[in-house]
Amino acid sequence: MLMLAVIDGKHPGCDDYYFGRREFSFTLENDVYLRYKSFKSASALEHAIKSCFPYKIDIGAVYSVDPDKRHAYSQTGTNVFTPVERELVFDIDITDYDDVRYCCSGADVCSKCWPLMTVAIKVIHTSLKEDFGFKHILWVFSGRRGVHCWVCDPKARRMTNEQRSAVAEYFRVYKGNENNARKVALMSYSLHPFLARSYVDFLKGFFEGELQENQSIFSTKDKYDKILEMMSDEDIQSELREKWEKSANRSSLSEEAISLVRWEQLKNTLQSKKHKAPTLRMCVEEIVFTFTYPRIDLEVSKQMNHLLKAPFCVHPKTGRVCVPIDPNNCDEFDPLAVPTLSQLIEEINSGGSKMDVDDDDDDDDTSLLGKSIKFFRSSFLEPLLKSCKEEIENSYKTKIGKSKDSFSW
Amino acid sequence: MEVIRSQKRTPSNDTVSNPKIPLYLTARPMEVRLEEFERFAVDRLRVLKGISDGLARGRNPKEMDDLVDTLWKEHMRDPDASVMSNKDIISHFVLRLVYCRSDELKKWFLNMETALFRHRFRLQNFEAQVLCSFFSFMMCLVIKMILSSCSQRAIVGEFGLPYKAVTGAELEIFDYLHGLKERLGQVVRSLGQNSPTATVFNDLIHYSFACYKKVPFEEVPDLVAGRRVLIQKGYFSFDNSDSFHFSYQLVSLVVTQFRSHISKALILTKRRERENDRLTPIVEALSTSYLGPDYSQVRIVHLKFVMYIHRYGSIEVVNFPPQSTEYAEISLKDIDQVAKSSFPLCMRHLFEKVREDHLLKQGGRMQLGLFLKAVGVKLDDALAFWRAEFTWKVGSERFDKEYAYGIRHNYGKEGKSTDYTPYACQKIISSAPGSGDHHGCPYRHFREHEEDVRKETS
Repeated sequence: MLMLAVIDGKHPGCDDYYFGRREFSFTLENDVYLRYKSFKSASALEHAIKSCFPYKIDIGAVYSVDPDKRHAYSQTGTNVFTPVERELVFDIDITDYDDVRYCCSGADVCSKCWPLMTVAIKVIHTSLKEDFGFKHILWVFSGRRGVHCWVCDPKARRMTNEQRSAVAEYFRVYKGNENNARKVALMSYSLHPFLARSYVDFLKGFFEGELQENQSIFSTKDKYDKILEMMSDEDIQSELREKWEKSANRSSLSEEAISLVRWEQLKNTLQSKKHKAPTLRMCVEEIVFTFTYPRIDLEVSKQMNHLLKAPFCVHPKTGRVCVPIDPNNCDEFDPLAVPTLSQLIEEINSGGSKMDVDDDDDDDDTSLLGKSIKFFRSSFLEPLLKSCKEEIENSYKTKIGKSKDSFSW
Repeated sequence: MEVIRSQKRTPSNDTVSNPKIPLYLTARPMEVRLEEFERFAVDRLRVLKGISDGLARGRNPKEMDDLVDTLWKEHMRDPDASVMSNKDIISHFVLRLVYCRSDELKKWFLNMETALFRHRFRLQNFEAQVLCSFFSFMMCLVIKMILSSCSQRAIVGEFGLPYKAVTGAELEIFDYLHGLKERLGQVVRSLGQNSPTATVFNDLIHYSFACYKKVPFEEVPDLVAGRRVLIQKGYFSFDNSDSFHFSYQLVSLVVTQFRSHISKALILTKRRERENDRLTPIVEALSTSYLGPDYSQVRIVHLKFVMYIHRYGSIEVVNFPPQSTEYAEISLKDIDQVAKSSFPLCMRHLFEKVREDHLLKQGGRMQLGLFLKAVGVKLDDALAFWRAEFTWKVGSERFDKEYAYGIRHNYGKEGKSTDYTPYACQKIISSAPGSGDHHGCPYRHFREHEEDVRKETS
């Protein structure tokens, strides 16, 4: 919780009143939940945190008036209490992948399934940058089993709910639930360029490489039955099923190798038979997408008033700090190596001179969070502040220009 | 810009071709007789309700075009073109008064008016497309030879939409094209304003030059959501290689503008509302007589109030609206029996899952919970039901902490105290069940095995 002072910088404090209108929520001990908290300054926030000791701190939108004074304003006319700005956020949770990961389930995460998050980051990050043109994107570890994404560009903050919904739907491919077998239906004859790029650059390679290594999705009957059911053609299903049942006991190959062989067989069969029905055309791609494509939580992104856990907080159940993840090096991120609160406390107690948050030029900073903070500052915070300043200066210049014009008659 | 220009055609009553589709930006002062006030509004309401029905049944866009055409001709046509146009405008503004009164009504009205506009616009453009496709193809060849494939240019369009500025290097080409456009414009004018060729030519110039507009993605959310456009660095370019595709994108752009305008107008209307005594009863009657789903008190009578009839290739959804005012309740001991006999498929599925798994995710809890409220399960009974099921898995304390609040919230006893209405079929059909979810519409989201579905409906 000492590190929370860092997040104050996160809020573009361009406007004095801006910070005061940001909603925070605290979850205290015994699950007491306090919404609509707001603070006049960073130190006020720090003070409140130190006095309440919240388990969870969430950040919400910037509203039209200070959230904790919302009742003082009448709700008529132009004085409505409503969100005015809010970062575009995404939440990806590995429990949404439970039907395609065999190593863990529920709240557990390990090095075999975490790569699903890594590939999700890559796909979404590339799209946000290349397709939507966003520049200030922060990826944060959620503390236990997922990642959050904060897009802080000014135009992202001003998006309406409808526009957020559109972006969320743009990213939505997986439509599986408990009751359908074909979870991804790619209807058209060719993939949209975004999907095609994701497939070629990230998903295909991941599926045929790391995923097969870690999950061996064809190695047992339960596993391959699930995949066979995604194909709409019964004949192909039974053909492959027979083949694989026969070979089940004879092979001396490892699980991973069997899985790879069967995948090749499936691809070959489909290649020759894909003209049979339009639903088979994209079957291979559909299977790859089902297992690897990011599954975002739509509801989180669609509404401005949704609250999301603050970066650099400590996750109440695991004790891990929600550190930023570098999207350009996300393969190296290990969720199980993230510092925990107890480790931090130990570090402080054993001589913590390195805990000085303001110490920028310490190249030998070996403190647990030093690297994260430095990364946060240099790759995210500074460019964001710079662009905010530019924006203010530009709009100031425009205003001056306009008033000059109006005087010049 | 008040109205959208379309081709001038000989007065024919075969399509929705009013010469203009009004954008309802302002209402000019008119005298309206009281009977007309009500009659026009009722007729329009019939059109809107027909559209609502069509959408709920999942009609595709072409079918909706036809439906709108039929509905409009049936209810809104008049031999006198000026009367027809007045009726259009008057009825819209009257309904605005009626439907600005609550969020629920606003949303419905906005959706229906936008759909109406969209399909009328499409019907207009279809004729233009067919004629223009040949010419615009020719034009585009010329232009593409001149411009390199990656240059973009700015045109302040008819709608005043924000476009990205040209870069310096492209200005020369811009000038050339501008000159070309001017010359073409002269040709058009020389043909005379009313000549059909001139109008067609005008349209195609517009379309062709429009092919290099760069539009920010925020302007066309529905195209983005459906992944129907290529966006790069936050902008998308109209695709003119296929004129049908292009005009589809144009429709989307225009419709979004229309929708946002109507949405703002509704908010303003609410603020400025000052009703006249004569109008009050009419206005109030209009909002409750048709589609005012009034779940504010638990009043539903029919238990068998939704029946699904599965026909080959299409689903018929028949709603029995709650018209009677008798009270009906379900007590907990009857609920299993009632579920088996009378619940619609989606709710029965959810109910069975609750009994089976003793847990349900958020989406399912909302869908089933609100339904139970509508059907007559009281708050205390509901709490008892959910508690009885969930405590198998989570224990009484956790139930109180995590789930009880939500149930009370559904009944309007917590927080904002909104008495939430149960989900309509359309909302359920368009919901997005994910992994681990059981809600949604079985006909839309579940496996398409005919035998299973038939079994469930027998």
